[in-house]
Amino acid sequence: MSVIVTAILALLGLAAVFGALLGFAAIRFKVEGNPIVDEIDNLLPQTQCGQCGHPGCRPYAESIAAGGDINKCPPGGEATIQALAELLDVEATPLDAEHGEEIPTQVAVIREDECIGCTKCIQACPIDAILGSAKHMHTVIASECTGCDLCVEPCPVDCIDMVPVDQGLAGWHWNAPKDQNIIATDKTGLLEDMVEGGNLS
Amino acid sequence: MSTSTPSKIIPTRTLYDFHGGIHPEEMKSLSNQTAITQAPLPPKLILPLQQHIGNPSLVIVEIGQRVLKGEKLADADGKISVALHAPTSGIIDCIVDHPIAHPSGQSAPCIILIPDGKDEWCELNPCEHFEHLSVSEIQNKVRESGIAGMGGAGFPTEVKLHPPHQDKVATLILNAAECEPYITADDRLIRERAEEVVQGMEIMAYALQPGECLIGIEDNKPEAIAALREAVKETQIEVCVIPTKYPSGGEKQLIKILTDKEVPNGQIPADISVMCQNVGTAAAVYRAIRFGEPLISRITTLTGEAIQQPGNVEVLLGTPIDWLLSQYGYQESKAQRLIKGGPMMGYTLTHPHTPIVKTSNCILAPTHKDLPLPPLAQACIRCGLCAQACPAELLPQQLYWFSRSQEYDKAEHHNLFDCIECGACSYVCPSAIPLVQHYRHAKGEIKQLKLDQQKSDQARERFEARQFRLDREKSEKEAKRKARAEAAAKAQAAKKAAESAKPVEASQNTKEQVDTKKASIQAALERNQAKKAVQAPETKAQAKVEPIDIEALETAWDKAQAKLDKMHDALENAIVNTPEQVEKLTRAVEKNQVRVNQAKQAWEQAYKLETTAPVPAQKETISTKPDESKPDAPKPDINALKVAQEKAQSKLDKMQDALDNAQPEQVEKLTRAVDKNKVRVQAAEQALNEASQAETSQDGKN
Repeated sequence: MSVIVTAILALLGLAAVFGALLGFAAIRFKVEGNPIVDEIDNLLPQTQCGQCGHPGCRPYAESIAAGGDINKCPPGGEATIQALAELLDVEATPLDAEHGEEIPTQVAVIREDECIGCTKCIQACPIDAILGSAKHMHTVIASECTGCDLCVEPCPVDCIDMVPVDQGLAGWHWNAPKDQNIIATDKTGLLEDMVEGGNLS
Repeated sequence: MSTSTPSKIIPTRTLYDFHGGIHPEEMKSLSNQTAITQAPLPPKLILPLQQHIGNPSLVIVEIGQRVLKGEKLADADGKISVALHAPTSGIIDCIVDHPIAHPSGQSAPCIILIPDGKDEWCELNPCEHFEHLSVSEIQNKVRESGIAGMGGAGFPTEVKLHPPHQDKVATLILNAAECEPYITADDRLIRERAEEVVQGMEIMAYALQPGECLIGIEDNKPEAIAALREAVKETQIEVCVIPTKYPSGGEKQLIKILTDKEVPNGQIPADISVMCQNVGTAAAVYRAIRFGEPLISRITTLTGEAIQQPGNVEVLLGTPIDWLLSQYGYQESKAQRLIKGGPMMGYTLTHPHTPIVKTSNCILAPTHKDLPLPPLAQACIRCGLCAQACPAELLPQQLYWFSRSQEYDKAEHHNLFDCIECGACSYVCPSAIPLVQHYRHAKGEIKQLKLDQQKSDQARERFEARQFRLDREKSEKEAKRKARAEAAAKAQAAKKAAESAKPVEASQNTKEQVDTKKASIQAALERNQAKKAVQAPETKAQAKVEPIDIEALETAWDKAQAKLDKMHDALENAIVNTPEQVEKLTRAVEKNQVRVNQAKQAWEQAYKLETTAPVPAQKETISTKPDESKPDAPKPDINALKVAQEKAQSKLDKMQDALDNAQPEQVEKLTRAVDKNKVRVQAAEQALNEASQAETSQDGKN
């Protein structure tokens, strides 16, 4: 009987000690704020487009940190979903079509002779990438534009176009070779396609 | 020396070996058997503005302008850039986007020059002895001559003629290894123009002042080695013959072979005080300094079984490749494809109508037999041959997995960027996996991701800056609003301060008022006592005259008193609400006070007279008022007191309400006013009590 009592007491004692230790650690090493939000925010494309239904990338990061869906960011696309899934150790889900489709990076271009200088797009731009003043022509700083298209809707004369970014030679890089995990006896002409695609040299 | 054969070449220097490497079939004899020929003048020259690493050149000619051979067409833009010159005399046709020799097959801005066939040189500035020029003059001339590395990378040569930051260059290496199969441009150049190469190197050495000058050349070029040995006889330059192994011509590999130094991760040879230049570049530097000729042509190997007359040609920059090939019997039907560069590191040309540029060392047109298509890629069997072949000592297998699964950070950790893309791993792979293509793609992706990250960071910064600005604007507006409110409050406070004396006066007034009330009560009491005292002696006549007088006076006094009270009310309201009227009201109150006093005095005088009047008369007058059963004198007094007391009480109540609802800054004032009123009310009550007591006692007596 005394053995059992001793054992229970010992366990209780241990529980008390470790409980106290953990409690102390929880207070002493308390982390202010939520570091995961910063990490998530870092993975988001920062277009601040609001397509996810949140007013900016950080609020979306906060919602993800609070357990929200990770598939609501069309500008980030699959790559962002993958990165988020890896970071949060959750399953990567396909992009929610409700929030839009993944499209190549775009840039806003103002048809300058049509601009009436209303400054509405300037106020709409979340990153101050549009230059101009009242009653004067506005223009988009293409290198800063994230292609969020928030400036398109407010324009009263519809003079803003979203055009795909021209990467040019500097932005070009090699395509991945086509996956050719097929058996060597398969002669379906796949190889010829590959040569034409410039994947072999 | 010119009679040396490969077997007689003995290395005079301790050579080192680099890891891995392969020995592909050389195929060099296809093109190195014939002398360099001069390519004919093409009908059109396409001159891309960027034939080098760095910023594209800036056009300085106009469309339609006639230019002479060697005339500058475009200026260097910035430090890492070179100029561009007219390869022959002719007319500038246009400046347009034209497909260029690039793996992407994309277009880039090019100057289109239509030759006039005269091949007329512009005025040149030759220099017989480069020693007469200063180092900076040589550097400038090289830059102005448009010379960029001709081995294939196209890095502006002038930049590599500056010793690295205060460091001395220990070793200047001339790369004549030409390790890639098929290519023999450097081989033929050295064989035929070894003097030019060596003198070009001497000019470079003059600019760099290196500790030693080495020429690294593979032992599969005996004629070239012999020519070089002959040429360097009178100089300090050492010809180092190295074993043939691909890719010994890689800059880092050649440095390792000759000096046993390794270029650290992420650094360049200049960081370990080694400079590496190509033999073609050296020859171009010589021609630029000695004859003042800018870089307008280069030696290109045209080779492959699909070309009937393979060999090396000196071709003007901008010559269209398809036209050039047609001059040397290119059989398109035989060719499997066109490759720019060698079979290991070159790339398939998507457009044959692209120009020869400063970096085009070889155009390879292999037949299917020549360079068969690689077999289909199969699964990696983890044989490890790639790791054995890798000259950069990487783990190609790991890099392959990581690149394929897009685990780019892991690929980077495995030093993907140290890969020189030599293709040795792909060459040895028994499963024919296109390893290098995977690495190239991964490198591009990583660079793109980094750019994207940079851009998103920039966007975040801008977004946060904007939020900050908006917040600041908001708070500024708020601050302005507050400042305005404060200024108004201050103005009010200042007025109040100016009036601070007046409230005192006002309070004095109220005290006076209280005093007057007390006095009036006193007077009433006196009156009562007096009445009691003089109840007996009364005269009718006096009574008939007197009561009217006294009562009129009394009402006058009461009226004056009521007005005064009202005024006091007004004054107090004014203190709270309209400070600017306080002064006026105070004055009015004072006037009224005087009036009240006068009324009081008048009444007192009248009363004194009355005391002498007979009581019956008074009684009679009183009896004339049917509703009044009680003695008249004390009655109006008690009523008046009651009214006064009620008034004071209601006023106090009002004030209490006001105090309850009051703004914080007014509380103090109101509290004071309330206190004062309390005193007043108490006084009024006291007076009333006394009066009523007096009356009851009088009634009792009566």
